[in-house]
Amino acid sequence: MAEKPTVAFYWCASCGGCEEAVVDVAHGILDIVNAVNIGFWPVALDFKKGDVEDVPDGFYAATFINGAIRNSEQEEMVKLLRKKSGLVFALGACAHLGGIPSLANLTSKEEILEYVYRRSPSTENAQNTYPAKVYRDAAIKLELPEFFDRVYPLNQIIDVDYYIPGCAPPSELVADVFMKILKGELPKKGAVLSPNKSLCSSCFLNDTKPEKLLIKELKRPHLTVIDPDKCFLLQGLVCMGPATRTGCNERCIHGGMPCRGCFGPLDGVLDQGLSMLSALGSILDFTPEQEKELDGVIGKIGDPAGTFYRFSLGASIFYRQDGKRGGE
Amino acid sequence: MFEPKIVAFFCNWCTYTAADLAGVSRMKYSPNVRIIRVMCSGRIDPELIVKAFEKGADGVIIGGCHPGDCHYQNGNHKTLRRYKLLKGLVEQFDIEWERLRLEWISASEGEKVQRVSNEFTEQIRVLGPIQMKGGRVVHG
Ligand code: SF4
Ligand code: SF4
Ligand code: FES
Repeated sequence: MAEKPTVAFYWCASCGGCEEAVVDVAHGILDIVNAVNIGFWPVALDFKKGDVEDVPDGFYAATFINGAIRNSEQEEMVKLLRKKSGLVFALGACAHLGGIPSLANLTSKEEILEYVYRRSPSTENAQNTYPAKVYRDAAIKLELPEFFDRVYPLNQIIDVDYYIPGCAPPSELVADVFMKILKGELPKKGAVLSPNKSLCSSCFLNDTKPEKLLIKELKRPHLTVIDPDKCFLLQGLVCMGPATRTGCNERCIHGGMPCRGCFGPLDGVLDQGLSMLSALGSILDFTPEQEKELDGVIGKIGDPAGTFYRFSLGASIFYRQDGKRGGE
Repeated sequence: MFEPKIVAFFCNWCTYTAADLAGVSRMKYSPNVRIIRVMCSGRIDPELIVKAFEKGADGVIIGGCHPGDCHYQNGNHKTLRRYKLLKGLVEQFDIEWERLRLEWISASEGEKVQRVSNEFTEQIRVLGPIQMKGGRVVHG
């Protein structure tokens, strides 16, 4: 029998949901555990950075990194893992596109630290503790990881081979990727491992859309009694289906909630938020003579960036890609 | 003096023809404006506009046919809606919405191309170079 491949898992700025998706592969996980060696998985097993440093370059056949990059410790770890790995998989929306953590890019580093350490109503900070890169007192000098100016998707820090989308990725998708690796059925490098079609194209509510979809109002989900049997966009709810890749089995739609876009854009789309904005612009049913009414409806999107970029702000072209860290 | 870079997306049937007319009528206007011809203003994907900013344009003008005159019936209705949505969005990214301007200019309005180009150039000159938040390169 051929040598079992060794795989590694690591997490950066994330909630832990992607690790959960790996664990949830459930009965499948035993097959996987039998088929591979786990070389590094700090969230589940006792591993240290030294364990990674000790293995030769390219040692891990596949490394799964979830979470965005927010500080220099994460940068250091993913660069190290890149060196030690054959293939690197960005697992989940944060590693893929910045995810929810990257919504913080709308606020500067200074504002964030100032609020958390000084101004928030629940802050009690009598000693005026404030993060710094270097801490010194009479006895010690400590160096801490640096909190970056913004949150980066993984591919702005290191070279990424494949993307597993979703917040979190469905465990069936994770299991499917494992099988593809083991069978040597991976597509071309750089691929997002989910069908390159819009969520609408597979949505069971797509048939309820009229041929020419036009809407006169926009509603907020928490203020609306939603009809679960009618396309949400048609009901005036911002459903990201037209600008989102399929592959999640429409789990939110089944749950009676509009899609918020966690699977990210389709191939060739530079910016998921702008793609949704464009789609919405096409269907808002107002003529230039009705500019006032149009303004009123658009004003109802309280937080356009948070709505159109719920999971992809870090990857938006509003952030200059030449501000790239890492220089790979 | 700061010379802004301005990208103008003009639709083939009205605004671009007006710019042509301004040219053959020898009307002088600000050389800061670089015109890109598109078939219809409805073809201007918001991605193109933000990409122009990202590549260093200090301002963007969108020019299309007057409402009712679009060669493709209502392409310019979509343009107006996308423009309004985009204005709300760019502000959240700390880009002044004044850097984006939409004008309806018909094929016979060469002097309007001249006036809008000159006015807009001055307006952007006052605003200064574009600062995109993501342009803050960090060094760890
Ligand atoms: S807009 Fe949403 S609800 Fe409507 S078809 Fe697309 S994914 Fe389904
Ligand atoms: S419906 Fe949308 S937000 Fe929900 S899991 Fe699917 S892609 Fe993600
Ligand atoms: S053809 Fe001019 S705006 Fe559509």
